[in-house]
Amino acid sequence: MQNELKVVSNATCTFCGCVCDDIELTVEGNHITKAKNACVLGKAWFLNHQAGEGPVARIRGKEATVEEAVEEAARILVDAKFPIIYGLSDTTCEAQRVTVAIADWVGASIDTTTSVCHGPSGMAFQGVGEITCSLGEVRNRADLVIFWGSNPAESHPRHWGRYSTMPKGLFVPNGRKDRTVVLVDVRRTKSAPAADIFLQIKPRKDFEVLWMLRALVKGLTINEADLIDTGVTLEQLQNLVDRMKACKFGVLFFGMGLSMTRGKHLNVEAALALARDLNAFTRFYANPMRGHGNVTGADNVVSWQTGYPFGVNLGRGYPRFNPGEFTTTDTLARKEADAAMIIASDPMGNFSQAARDHLASIPYIALDTKETSTTRAAAVAFTTATYGINVPGTVYRMDDVPIPLRPAFESPYPSDEKILRALEKKVLHLLKEKLQASN
Amino acid sequence: MNESKFSKEYLEETGVVQICPEDLTRLGLAAGDLVCIRSEQRSIEIPCVAAKEKELPSGLLFMAYGDWSSRLMGSDTHGTGMPNSKGTDVYLSKVCAIKKD
Repeated sequence: MQNELKVVSNATCTFCGCVCDDIELTVEGNHITKAKNACVLGKAWFLNHQAGEGPVARIRGKEATVEEAVEEAARILVDAKFPIIYGLSDTTCEAQRVTVAIADWVGASIDTTTSVCHGPSGMAFQGVGEITCSLGEVRNRADLVIFWGSNPAESHPRHWGRYSTMPKGLFVPNGRKDRTVVLVDVRRTKSAPAADIFLQIKPRKDFEVLWMLRALVKGLTINEADLIDTGVTLEQLQNLVDRMKACKFGVLFFGMGLSMTRGKHLNVEAALALARDLNAFTRFYANPMRGHGNVTGADNVVSWQTGYPFGVNLGRGYPRFNPGEFTTTDTLARKEADAAMIIASDPMGNFSQAARDHLASIPYIALDTKETSTTRAAAVAFTTATYGINVPGTVYRMDDVPIPLRPAFESPYPSDEKILRALEKKVLHLLKEKLQASN
Repeated sequence: MNESKFSKEYLEETGVVQICPEDLTRLGLAAGDLVCIRSEQRSIEIPCVAAKEKELPSGLLFMAYGDWSSRLMGSDTHGTGMPNSKGTDVYLSKVCAIKKD
């Protein structure tokens, strides 16, 4: 078994939001030795995968059985007055679905890493609407591709080769030669040399530049003085507007350069409004560049279960959506949450200090495939199997297309879904006991 | 990151600040020097490296998203759930005069 050699065709890489599903894995025992078609990030994801070390479960740092840890985790959630659940972008839709059910049973706030990624984009979609298309349409039709505040050469290496700039498509038969590629960013990143046009704007001027583009699209008169401190000239913007109006199929991919910068949802609203306006002249779309492998799935699952994509509170028995109130950074930094469950995420490693300090002060449960700052400080920690490599299921590509996973080999650790199903069962049992005791 | 967030490679990648070569010279800094970065919220000490030529304009710093960059963030999300994580005003100096951590 240890030396068994097998090939897994059409495996899915869950490292980034492209979730490329054309990977051919060569597997020897429990090691992946080749990952054909994978990009540099995908190769690192597959080839460096280690089965993991350490106990499957720990309670306050001490090794425990899964049953003991599930029992303790259930008690933490059931006893809490304001439990929060966070993470979910690196696990399967099946596990996400069980998590929403647990949140519903215990009246928790449920939030995903979307809130510190493209959460503001989600707010903008509600404000303006989403003018969207699939990456397959981009591949076959797009002749003008704009990347704004994203660096696909380093963050999504196969986006260009597989979907957006290089492939020969039905209506762009010459591939890259039939396309104009524009990059807008505050840094001259590694993506810049591969673009036909690079506009280096000043930090925090995205909204202003997008709004000026809208004005030019509408035919309004703009003066050079209106663009002061933006880093771009009127000639550059007019040139871009001419290209946007003249293209047959344009798409603007926006990254966290818009959603993480001051203005946030307003920046994204400006981008979406620009795409909407351009549809008076041609076909034009705006899509987010999503990071984690199943962060789009998290948005979808939480939406289909509660009606909202992130930052949802179920404490009153029905869902309430309010970013800023029920999002995790806020509930932690304001010291409102009294217990937490963190799934496939590391807030102790990337949240603000005030949020980290409060998380460290409350009992919380962590599920992750590897040891992180978050699992180290957890009251209850589970080591789980890696989705896509060890665990089957469903993930969503960044354009909301569901993709099945074809795992390479089994892990000695259970999946997130298996732990969460056991936890839901135990939570229900404790809630029933609590109800009987109160009667 | 695939192997561990405690791996040498990950810590090195997220534990430095990139500065444009002109600013390094202007400030009398060399790659590897410890600098103090102070935001509205906190200050950190971190080694600096030169950014690739022309990647950063003068006055703009770059840090990979991670533990150190997040320590400079505030907690106010302005009603969005997202703290300002990019485009943050900071002060940089070679020697950290006041250590708040």
